[in-house]
Amino acid sequence: MDDLLNLTAHGLSERIEAGEVSVREAAEVANARVEEVDGDLNSFVTTTPELALERAGRVDERLRDGGVRPWEVVPIAVKDVLSTRGVRTTCGSKILEDFTPLYDASALANFGEAPVMVGKSNMDEFAMGSSTENSAYGPTKNPWDTNRVPGGSSGGSAAAVAAGEGWWALGTDTGGSVRQPAALCGIVGLKPTYGRVSRYGLISFGSSLDCIGPMTRDVRDSALLLQAIAGHDPRDSTSANVEVPDYLAGLEEGVEGLRVGVVTELMDERIDAGVREVTSRVAAGLEAAGAEVGEVNLPHAYYALEAYYIIAPAEVSSNLARFDGVRYGLRVQADGVHEMYRKTREAGFGAEAKRRIMLGTYALSSGYYDAYYAQAQKVRTKIIEDFREAYARYDVLVSPTSPSVAFEIGAKADDPLAMYLQDICAVPASLAGVPAISVPGGLSEGLPVGVQLMGDHFTEPMLLCAARAAEKSAGFDFTPRP
Amino acid sequence: MISEEQVRHVAGLARLGLTEDEMREMGGQLDAILDSIEKIRELDLSDTPPTANPLNLSNVLRSDEPRPELPSEEALSPAPDAVDGLFAVPRID
Repeated sequence: MDDLLNLTAHGLSERIEAGEVSVREAAEVANARVEEVDGDLNSFVTTTPELALERAGRVDERLRDGGVRPWEVVPIAVKDVLSTRGVRTTCGSKILEDFTPLYDASALANFGEAPVMVGKSNMDEFAMGSSTENSAYGPTKNPWDTNRVPGGSSGGSAAAVAAGEGWWALGTDTGGSVRQPAALCGIVGLKPTYGRVSRYGLISFGSSLDCIGPMTRDVRDSALLLQAIAGHDPRDSTSANVEVPDYLAGLEEGVEGLRVGVVTELMDERIDAGVREVTSRVAAGLEAAGAEVGEVNLPHAYYALEAYYIIAPAEVSSNLARFDGVRYGLRVQADGVHEMYRKTREAGFGAEAKRRIMLGTYALSSGYYDAYYAQAQKVRTKIIEDFREAYARYDVLVSPTSPSVAFEIGAKADDPLAMYLQDICAVPASLAGVPAISVPGGLSEGLPVGVQLMGDHFTEPMLLCAARAAEKSAGFDFTPRP
Repeated sequence: MISEEQVRHVAGLARLGLTEDEMREMGGQLDAILDSIEKIRELDLSDTPPTANPLNLSNVLRSDEPRPELPSEEALSPAPDAVDGLFAVPRID
């Protein structure tokens, strides 16, 4: 049974379909693995072993009648920012410590009645952070080295997948929160095109940026999980009314003639030499596989982090206004409604959430709006224009995912600016709304390095095919750790 | 420099309580972040339109038809205080 832990999600799905293994057995293996390692790793805020078994049993029953889709049979971890009916959803925050949603996020709608979920994975509070240290439920450890962070904000999902606590996970990515932890934990993380996956039931951080994405052991798993979650949803007016293609069909087509541009601005001295080296090696691997590889400029990438750290806090200051002690979540009683708001939010939010609410409120306030928020929105236009020009010449852009490998717990905890720099390679694609995937490219200092591939809007089939070729050339074999 | 008075003002706008320590540290932290962001102001973007949505969606409308939703009793169940089918709050001051 233990060998099941070494399978990819699609590999497990095939074994289940062939009748060699039941979904319940798979859930038992996942539960046992969570039990074994999560005391150390803290990948989960809430584990749901009984729920996983019960739902697995129901999928097993349905399997006898057929019509079960391949992704439904594989146990999954779900980031604790996605609403799950009847299962506590905290967003890594004290303010939602006792919050139980009344419905499932739309991204979970294609898993039959409900997904075979092993638990709700840990995260930086309201998805704000790059290390999962900003969780009110304690930090998650990196399975490669438990003195180090798994990245963030979807660090719990990344650690769970890397450790084999389930075969795959859902994360969310506002400015790199799927891709950077995937990179730091040696797994594949995909941020789809903005709007490709419904945000309904995703507790909002930056509404013009938030994307739900697969965190998986390999690229084929990523395509399979995207197939499960993509689609238009009338309940999310920003979800794209664009047909969902078959993400698996062209996966092995190769990169012969594909035009690949390495982004010059994201390969400078801000990026550790070892990370650049792995990125160059993966680009060379694509060239050896038949791609035409050149260099490309995104001149406004130098302003992307700055624009992001105005736009995202501005949106969060507005989105977190809903946590006011009235409709759900924590309330600290006080005499008078305004004092109740202030006390509830003071007690419920952690330091980074408060900092970003303050920053966003300041940037949106009278007298500063034009200088900061409006200017950042214009920079966003320039970044989109940069991408448009780049995609006139190239099909896929390549860069590192993160400027460094996993850093030690506590190393950046008191320095918000150093933490924000983790996002420099990830935020351009977030601001442009284009799809981007992080693939393990190799090791530096004995730790995994992620290489990022970016495509144009809705080109996920091509992007996944290129990522598959990158994965093959890197030859990075997944094994659960520790 | 962001003064403590400005911090209090912005926290007031956000209905956000801060501890005394947070109040003292916040100004300096915001200053450091704003300093690092300052460089976007060097770009002349007077002719550039702003982007609010990366897919340039504008208003998405649907027909205004009633449909089944959560019963109000269920919708009120996560509320810290609900009375007579309504959300209850302390006195409005």
